[in-house]
Amino acid sequence: MSIKTTMSNSYFELIRSGINTTYQDKGRENLYHIGIPYSGAMDNRNFLLANKLVNNSLNSPVVEFAYQGPYLKYKGDKISIAVTGDVIFKIIKNGVEIIGDCYESYQIESGDEIDIISTNKTIYGYLAVGGEIDVKFQWESCSINTKAKIGSNNGKKLENNQTIKLLKLNSNKDKKKLDYINSKVENIRVIKGTNFNYFSEEGKQNFFEKKFIVSKLSDRMGMRLKGNKIDNIVNTNIKSEGLVRGVIQVPPDGNPIIMLSDHGTIGGYPKIGVVASVDYDRLVQISPGSKIKFTEIKLTDAETLFKLYEMDTDNLLRQI
Amino acid sequence: MINKILNLGDSALYCDFGQEVNKEVNSKVIKYFYSIKKSNIEGITNLTPSYNKLIISFNLSITNFKKVKKEIEMLNFDYKNKIINKEIQIPVCCEDSFSLDIKRLEKKLNLKSEQILEKFFNKKYFCYMTGFIAGMPFLGDLEENMRANRLETPRVKVPKGSIGLTEQFANVYTFESPGGWNIIGNTPLNIFDSLNESEPNLINAGDTVIFKEISYNEHKNYNE
Repeated sequence: MSIKTTMSNSYFELIRSGINTTYQDKGRENLYHIGIPYSGAMDNRNFLLANKLVNNSLNSPVVEFAYQGPYLKYKGDKISIAVTGDVIFKIIKNGVEIIGDCYESYQIESGDEIDIISTNKTIYGYLAVGGEIDVKFQWESCSINTKAKIGSNNGKKLENNQTIKLLKLNSNKDKKKLDYINSKVENIRVIKGTNFNYFSEEGKQNFFEKKFIVSKLSDRMGMRLKGNKIDNIVNTNIKSEGLVRGVIQVPPDGNPIIMLSDHGTIGGYPKIGVVASVDYDRLVQISPGSKIKFTEIKLTDAETLFKLYEMDTDNLLRQI
Repeated sequence: MINKILNLGDSALYCDFGQEVNKEVNSKVIKYFYSIKKSNIEGITNLTPSYNKLIISFNLSITNFKKVKKEIEMLNFDYKNKIINKEIQIPVCCEDSFSLDIKRLEKKLNLKSEQILEKFFNKKYFCYMTGFIAGMPFLGDLEENMRANRLETPRVKVPKGSIGLTEQFANVYTFESPGGWNIIGNTPLNIFDSLNESEPNLINAGDTVIFKEISYNEHKNYNE
């Protein structure tokens, strides 16, 4: 399906940038060997839904925010916007406040303001605008990786008072809506890691039986956990080797760290497990202070469940 | 040959080349890396060669562990295939303001700073891998008596261009980053250039590196 667009001089003014506000798309591939991770939208399902709600192609750049979103003032031609995730926001039209609903598109006109107040019980939310945001691409992706200073906006978070320029606007601004609730989970399925046997019997048992608490020291690179220490009985260091998204490393202090989308590509701590792909979108949304519990899953089951999750996402996209 | 292939989660293969860390094992890893890169096996999204492992990430929407493993095992692999490598010279200034951990190393290694630097500069290094942060090369091998552990408490910020030592390896911090290696100097040379998308890394796995000592003024006025 081709999307009809018109050229634009429209833009958003960022009166407040929010916390960890970045441009993201699906990220970049084939760069692990030089030390560059995927990056990309943390919660892929909410990223795709946001784009579909405003009639964009699914891999269009969106605005990702964590905890608190941006406050934006719009100048330009009529446009549609949508917010996804578990987000509290309002739209201000001529001084009148409208409480916004996630998974629903809204028409915005010049002078309107959007206040994305906060995420509710999760971390990440997405703002999609019906059109093409003026972003820079590096290795075919606009995704901002603030650690390596790669991607759009010179690899930096969006800041107060900057603008989000729109190159094109979609002609179709029809109201779109999806009946969907962004559910939160605390049970995360994990496949045993390559160093699972480095840990004591008690440690292995604790890993799959006890709950962990998500630490405040968590970001797009990794999620740090606290709980019953996981004792290493073989070696607390391994020869540095590649990491992937979802790998759970256990450093000498016994507190697991989960590698997330902006992770360092190489690491030297033993890998106790890897989060099943089916649970990645929900994992990244677990906020600091929350409890998390790991359940073991076999490879073939993880593969089947991922297929079902993808079908479910496709179904949701079709409903829009 | 690859000793064994395991799954790392549901979207990656863990190719194990054994426990040894040496040039021979690593050269095998690098040769596999280039062969697989050229092979265009469906669904592969990333390859991470390291000292003695190769991790192959794939898109679970397109393929799966079993399929990729079979393709890798069937791959027509030629060991005689030569790695194309370059020799790169890296200018390094070891002036006090750059050699943040030289005093610590003197104590740890029981060597004078002149001896440490002499041993460091008088050597050709082999690049085992790049990564951790974008473009960071892992270079070996340092002599036995030059090997020290990481700092007990890593620095929050290691300056860009810092040259670090840990165990048998030297590295270069390609941009400012947290890190725990023992810093002995600084290079003004840009090791990673994100604007050069086809060749962002100055140093790649398999390359040879020589460090050349420069003065503070040469560092300050360095022009690439």
